[in-house]
Amino acid sequence: MTIESSTIGWTREEMARRLAGDIGNGSYVNLGIGIPELVARFVPEGRTFIYHTENGLLGMGPSPEDGSGDHELINAGKRHVTANDGAAYFHHADSFAMIRGGHLDLSVLGAMQVAANGDLANWSTGRPDAIPAVGGAMDLVAGVKKVYVMTQHCTKNGEPKLVERCTYPLTGQGVVDRVYTDLAVIDVTPDGFRIVELGPGVDFETVQRRTGTVLIPAGERKGT
Amino acid sequence: MIDKRLPSAREAVADVPDGASVMIGGFGEAGSPVELIHALIDQGASNLTVISNNTGSGEVGLAALLKERRVTKVICSFPKTLNSTVFPELYREGFTELELVPQGTLAERIRAGGAGIDAFYTPTGAGTPLAEGKEVREFNGRPCLLEHGLTADYALIKGRLADHHGNVLYNKTARNFAPVMATAGRVTVVQAAAVLDPGAIDPETVVTPGIFVDRVVEIPGPAHESELIAAGVSYP
Repeated sequence: MTIESSTIGWTREEMARRLAGDIGNGSYVNLGIGIPELVARFVPEGRTFIYHTENGLLGMGPSPEDGSGDHELINAGKRHVTANDGAAYFHHADSFAMIRGGHLDLSVLGAMQVAANGDLANWSTGRPDAIPAVGGAMDLVAGVKKVYVMTQHCTKNGEPKLVERCTYPLTGQGVVDRVYTDLAVIDVTPDGFRIVELGPGVDFETVQRRTGTVLIPAGERKGT
Repeated sequence: MIDKRLPSAREAVADVPDGASVMIGGFGEAGSPVELIHALIDQGASNLTVISNNTGSGEVGLAALLKERRVTKVICSFPKTLNSTVFPELYREGFTELELVPQGTLAERIRAGGAGIDAFYTPTGAGTPLAEGKEVREFNGRPCLLEHGLTADYALIKGRLADHHGNVLYNKTARNFAPVMATAGRVTVVQAAAVLDPGAIDPETVVTPGIFVDRVVEIPGPAHESELIAAGVSYP
């Protein structure tokens, strides 16, 4: 498969800004390690989001700018962070009661594959020599009210990440609500993936060509 | 008079036998009871089962315990961390077995174990490879897995403040698994940077009540894994 030019579509920062625009004021949000962390930089004017980190902090603030930091104030990625005014610390069982109990409004996660039925694979390639590590991903997708995936549309090798059925080990079944890629915003619907918005300079055929399953164009319903 | 203090980390872990199960608090380096782990290395117990979220970094703390080939099984959610090289080698060699548990299920299994709940159903992990071998039952239209409570012979945890009765307060995100592990250890050992007289801690602020704690050791200025690693320390 040829790797096409990436001059079209959104940058990672633009993806983060686009996603942040869809988060309601006052939402409790858990941002996964890596690319989802960018979302915190783009809180829209006039809105406040409260960030949860599963290792025991609500009201997480940014990493300290001057490089100072507290070894005992970290995020799930084990990076130094800060606690905003109004923050709270709690133990792990309470933290996952927030997650599993449906108290968090949104979980943003990266993905290796997302399937048209909302299945997510993001923790293991399943290769026999890999050290399996799952962390809190399975709990997040099982319990948080909405699950958004933020990912490049294709792998570095140009393979589609949006597929008919996941081939990697699952994180959860039918759990993803919406996918934000560099090419498009795509909803998971009972009929499959449906385009919500195309990135700048991106046409439907281009996204379709880089997707491993049939897409439904924006505004259309399958079979009508 | 109740006084759960012991004079040293060495004495606090002196009776851990070969084959013991040991819960070790911490998420990454935050909350890792480094001095208690090093005392356990010096003490020599082997064939241990360790229950902890991660598997340590560098060659200090939990990673050093693994490197000394004392641990034949780990129950954890994320055995990969920056600078984590010891566990992958032991795992690939087949020396240390891994029971991989989703992080929230791990916390809840420990909470349940400490609370006298033998098992519970959770939707986490249903339909994934981690559901293999587990009973599945549907509740409210969704499949759930039967997960068993976890207890351990010992729990080693780190607090910021404690008192003679074993009441404990923690520091920021170093709290993580410690309060649930304190409930699930048959012998719970706390290292705290300061141990105060009874009455010095406001009862309204106590996080772990002393009934869950058996031994308290004062370790002022406890070490942090990342600082030891930066200083080139390899324990022992």
